[in-house]
Amino acid sequence: MHELSIALNLIEIAETAAHNAGAARVETVYLKLGVFSGVVKEALFFAYDTATKGTLLEGSRLEIEDVPLVVYCPTCQQEVELPSIQQFQCPVCGTPAAEIRRGTELELTTMEIMSDETETA
Amino acid sequence: MKPRLLEIKQGVLSKNDELAAGLRQRFAEAQVFVLNLVSSPGAGKTTFLQQTLVGLRQRGYSVAALVGDLETDNDAQRLAQSGAPVKQIVTAGNCHLEAQMIETFIEDWDLTRFDFLFIENVGNLVCPSSYDLGEAMRVVLLSTTEGEDKPLKYPPMFFSSDLAVITKIDIADAVEFDRQAALTNLERVHPGIPVLEVSAKKDIGMEAWLDLLAQRLEAFRAVETVTD
Ligand SMILES: Nc1nc2c(ncn2[C@@H]2O[C@H](COP(=O)(O)OP(=O)(O)OP(=O)(O)O)[C@@H](O)[C@H]2O)c(=O)[nH]1
Ligand SMILES: [Mg+2]
Ligand SMILES: [Zn+2]
Repeated sequence: MHELSIALNLIEIAETAAHNAGAARVETVYLKLGVFSGVVKEALFFAYDTATKGTLLEGSRLEIEDVPLVVYCPTCQQEVELPSIQQFQCPVCGTPAAEIRRGTELELTTMEIMSDETETA
Repeated sequence: MKPRLLEIKQGVLSKNDELAAGLRQRFAEAQVFVLNLVSSPGAGKTTFLQQTLVGLRQRGYSVAALVGDLETDNDAQRLAQSGAPVKQIVTAGNCHLEAQMIETFIEDWDLTRFDFLFIENVGNLVCPSSYDLGEAMRVVLLSTTEGEDKPLKYPPMFFSSDLAVITKIDIADAVEFDRQAALTNLERVHPGIPVLEVSAKKDIGMEAWLDLLAQRLEAFRAVETVTD
């Protein structure tokens, strides 16, 4: 279950950023998650709730934006979304297409924090 | 108290990615070709690696291996019989190796001594796919006993690998292995992936594998020399 170690990495990055920004607590963490990242969303939610206990992120909400798998089709000469992660083939023309453009993301994009007004710049 | 948005835009595994990039640079400087072997538990990584170490040593190459395992050091003991330097990384429950572990375990090795360094990852087709170890080549093993649909069940692992090795080919008939289905499924999740079929036990296909390694090492060193 590597979602726990993924969650720990996520929390470390978020806590550092929150701390540097003088946050009293974190409300929401926004994550981009590609369908081809190899991370199971449900497991990540579970790990997040467990691993945030006792951190600045305790009680915060993890908001996940799913990113579909998009590849470049050399025949159509454009980006196409794959309907299945089990077949790297252009759904339009049938050409094998393995140049991934999107869908492997595992990125902390934004956080909503609560801080004292006096501390905000 | 006032809510505020903070922009972060950082990859969750960026720390591992940075360490891996550093390792890749070190491996290039030391001119050592590093391979990361992944598979489901029991697909035959250790057996395959053991024969590989023996075969490469017979051809005059200097080789070493790191092996990740959840609990025991059995695999390292088996591999050490080849005469190559081997270290066990006991991950204590962690289901994959990370770049940080590799960095720690190669610390007292002079990498320039080696032609090849093999890393046997923890038997698991999910988690290791997310963790770059700085390897030059990722090799996924698929045994004839585990079902031809494995590539469809674990696409990221098969996609992220540079080569697929079908193992235990000696018992393919006995287990009614559907070779064509396996090849079709590999091609579906990774168009163009090269595939080798071997039996480390019965020494089938191992020469072709060793030839491929020799070629890859040569190509790797040619590139590294040019960029120097
Ligand atoms: N028939 C046959 N059996 C094999 C072959 N290679 C490995 N095996 C058997 O498969 C079992 C598992 O082999 P290992 O080499 O330990 O597999 P592994 O992938 O290293 O296993 P873990 O490290 O536990 O994930 C052992 O019983 C081996 O004897 C082969 O080429 N043919
Ligand atoms: Mg093993
Ligand atoms: Zn197309």
